[in-house]
Amino acid sequence: MDWGALQTVLGGVNKHSTGIGKIWLTVLFIFRIMILVVAAESVWGDEQQDFVCNTLQPGCRNVCYDHFFPISHIRLWALQLIFVSTPALLVAMHVAYRRHEKKRRFRNGEKIDIEELKNEKFHIRGPLWWTYTSSIFFRIAFEAIFMYVFYYMYDGYQMPRLMKCSAWPCPNTVDCFVSRPTEKTTFTIFMLAVSGICMMLNLAELCYLVIKVCWKDSRKTT
Amino acid sequence: MNWGVFEGLLSGVNKYSTAFGRIWLALVFIFRLLVYVVAAERVWSDDHKDFDCNTRQPGCSNVCYDHFFPVSHIRLWALQLILVTCPSLLVIMHVAYREDREKKNREKNGENCPKLYSNTGKKHGGLWWTYLLSLVFKATVDMVFLYIFYRFYRNYTLPRVVKCELPPCPNVVDCFISRPTEKNIFTLFMVVTACICVVLSLVEAIYLIGKR
Repeated sequence: MDWGALQTVLGGVNKHSTGIGKIWLTVLFIFRIMILVVAAESVWGDEQQDFVCNTLQPGCRNVCYDHFFPISHIRLWALQLIFVSTPALLVAMHVAYRRHEKKRRFRNGEKIDIEELKNEKFHIRGPLWWTYTSSIFFRIAFEAIFMYVFYYMYDGYQMPRLMKCSAWPCPNTVDCFVSRPTEKTTFTIFMLAVSGICMMLNLAELCYLVIKVCWKDSRKTT
Repeated sequence: MNWGVFEGLLSGVNKYSTAFGRIWLALVFIFRLLVYVVAAERVWSDDHKDFDCNTRQPGCSNVCYDHFFPVSHIRLWALQLILVTCPSLLVIMHVAYREDREKKNREKNGENCPKLYSNTGKKHGGLWWTYLLSLVFKATVDMVFLYIFYRFYRNYTLPRVVKCELPPCPNVVDCFISRPTEKNIFTLFMVVTACICVVLSLVEAIYLIGKR
């Protein structure tokens, strides 16, 4: 089970997404998951080993590292990407349920082409519209929550070079140095910018869906 | 999601490219991506561990490393390779959009209606502009990254010794970079291939404009 498995699952949702949804999925896979796997993970790879404190006191470095990095950026991003991709599974489940219903009707005697059923693209109308819209809403909510968690946990998005630590068992106040702070700040800002872009895409998609439905309704009444 | 999957996504663009485009794609996959994955990554793998400063002051080597390597070559190349190959995805998406429109048109008007496009993959109309824009974008990305490398790492080379006097280092401290010659060779190689790719993209753009 790895990012590839997630890609397989979400690739299926691509068929039933709007144009903006497809762009969102592309941005997610290429600019977030791929960057995380090929670049960001190696920047954070040695973060605890190279977290150096100006003391020989055993345990001080461990305690200070744990105090300043309760959850590492990499793990938070992995969680964020998983949470942000899962609402799309709601749509996949709804589509699977509708296919199952059609198959059931076929078995009860109605004439349906099986091949066509497998490749049928469901239009985003009715209950599927509600599922799709709520999945976008959840995506936006999760993105915002994680952006806030990052801001709250790390006091902003910049990684300082030096942290002063006075947790026990460190004697008085000890200087601790983070490894590769500039590179980490660069990647944090990059991932934040791409999250922002994804959020804008989701908002645009939400507006598009709502306007489409309102326009259809107004056409029906006139 | 890794380089292999990304490569799979992009090989589809080969069908809709000109001859120059295919050469460009082969150059990027073989001389840039493959060299990056099998060789360059290993050369830089221990760059922080083996960055040695002539001092026992804790934190000095961290701070000096961060000062001389704001963003490591490897990460810049990963970003560059991803950004340089993405415009090809635009072309793939445009062709897919055309095919989708063609399909919808056939569904609406029946099988014998006149086709919207004589050939969805041929670079006419909107697709010509998308392709041209993707070429311009690719060349721009490569040039921007070449400039970034120049700004971060003077003359694209790394010295063997750097002198660092940032706190908490006491006075001036000598810091030694690991494998500088190997890193310089690979940096030069990647810079040369990037330049060739820029030239190829520009030649292809001129060829496309000339053909029209």
